[in-house]
Amino acid sequence: MDVIIENLPQYWDGFLRTLFLSVVSGIIALIFGTVLAAARVSPIAALRGFSMVYVEIVRNTPLTIAFFFAAVVLPRLGITFQQFEVAAIIALSAYTSAFIAEAVRSGVNSVPVGQAEAARSIGMKFSQVLTLIILPQALRTVIPPLINILIALVKNSSVAGAFYVLELFGQGKQLANANGDAVVWVLVGVAFFYLLITIPLGYLANVVERKVAIAR
Amino acid sequence: MTTQVPGDALVSLKAVNKHYGQLHVLKDINLNVRKGEVVVVIGPSGSGKSTLCRAINRLETIDDGEIRIDGKELPAEGKELAKLRADVGMVFQSFNLFAHKTILENVTLGPIKVKGVSKAEADKDAMALLERVGVGHQAPKLPAQLSGGQQQRVAIARALAMKPKVMLFDEPTSALDPEMINEVLDVMVQLAKEGMTMIVVTHEMGFARKAADRVVFMADGQIVEDATPEEFFSNPKSSRAKDFLSKLLTH
Repeated sequence: MDVIIENLPQYWDGFLRTLFLSVVSGIIALIFGTVLAAARVSPIAALRGFSMVYVEIVRNTPLTIAFFFAAVVLPRLGITFQQFEVAAIIALSAYTSAFIAEAVRSGVNSVPVGQAEAARSIGMKFSQVLTLIILPQALRTVIPPLINILIALVKNSSVAGAFYVLELFGQGKQLANANGDAVVWVLVGVAFFYLLITIPLGYLANVVERKVAIAR
Repeated sequence: MTTQVPGDALVSLKAVNKHYGQLHVLKDINLNVRKGEVVVVIGPSGSGKSTLCRAINRLETIDDGEIRIDGKELPAEGKELAKLRADVGMVFQSFNLFAHKTILENVTLGPIKVKGVSKAEADKDAMALLERVGVGHQAPKLPAQLSGGQQQRVAIARALAMKPKVMLFDEPTSALDPEMINEVLDVMVQLAKEGMTMIVVTHEMGFARKAADRVVFMADGQIVEDATPEEFFSNPKSSRAKDFLSKLLTH
């Protein structure tokens, strides 16, 4: 137990970095994932194809591969980063957006087709139908799965610890090495700080879900 | 079938055909609707009357033939089609009010986003329309808080807010409880009296008698009869129509 209190600054540092990775990747993934979902339902075949191929490849390969790609392959192609955090954010948001796209797409499918027909019949263009009518309703129905994906993102960010980013897990690894006699408590501390992010997220899901529910 | 010259027609369909796979749902449809005319389309279910109605603003595509609104042929997908749809009001069987928008927003969304009307002006027009269909006091509510009849009247107001040249009604009372049907029909009769061009797919024979200039009877994807209501109801020519009417009148 003492090991946690003695090393609070390291934990705090790792916690903030995990929070930072999660928030930034989460925002990028939400935006890019929604764009991917929109592409998937668009009338343009090339966009639909791109979205489908992207989602299928990324969703069905391990996150570690996305990290290797961002941290090792991209620099070889001439895209280099000053900090490993950038590679971590690229990998996490690219990976998570595939899951977001699938969730949003299922939400789009849950909106009755009559909503789109009514919107089209008053003269809205496809982009307006999507952004004004379909997505606002779709996003409300997919808040629970979206929060699940974001919770997974917070935990997935621990992979960055293996790629020289001293986030929560990375700090935990160092602490475990330095305190071989108290590894269990070091890990309990790590778990506690993850829960500090993920439990409020789950709670937030409940609140938001109740707030934005639409009756039909 | 009709006597007026095509140039006179606000809505004109020429040799329109449509298949759903093997099923030939619209067979060589020719129909002209003049400005201010109220045409009621009736027929047994599966006769293609809803498909016909939806084809007129291209919610259903057609295989061949030609549909013109105010002289202009229906464009394919895209901006031009959206523009044309703004001129064609549509009322659906299932209302299809935007579930996440208030009643007022349902009516103002089109004018603001499609026509670029200012919010103040759109609100004013929308309130006037909602008053006119008798649901002004419901303006701040969400669609699900209204009865079916009220929702359908809002849907009519939403379509009218675009100041359409023609209104299409696709079985507007079929999803309503009996006691709510009249409140919607009253609005439609009023609209017909004011000179709106209307194409109405319905099973309400009372409305057809009261408000229609012409009754179009469809069966098996074809227009079988096209006559005035008096002619059609008192003296149907085809056996299909006689059969259809006799089934209605036995109840």
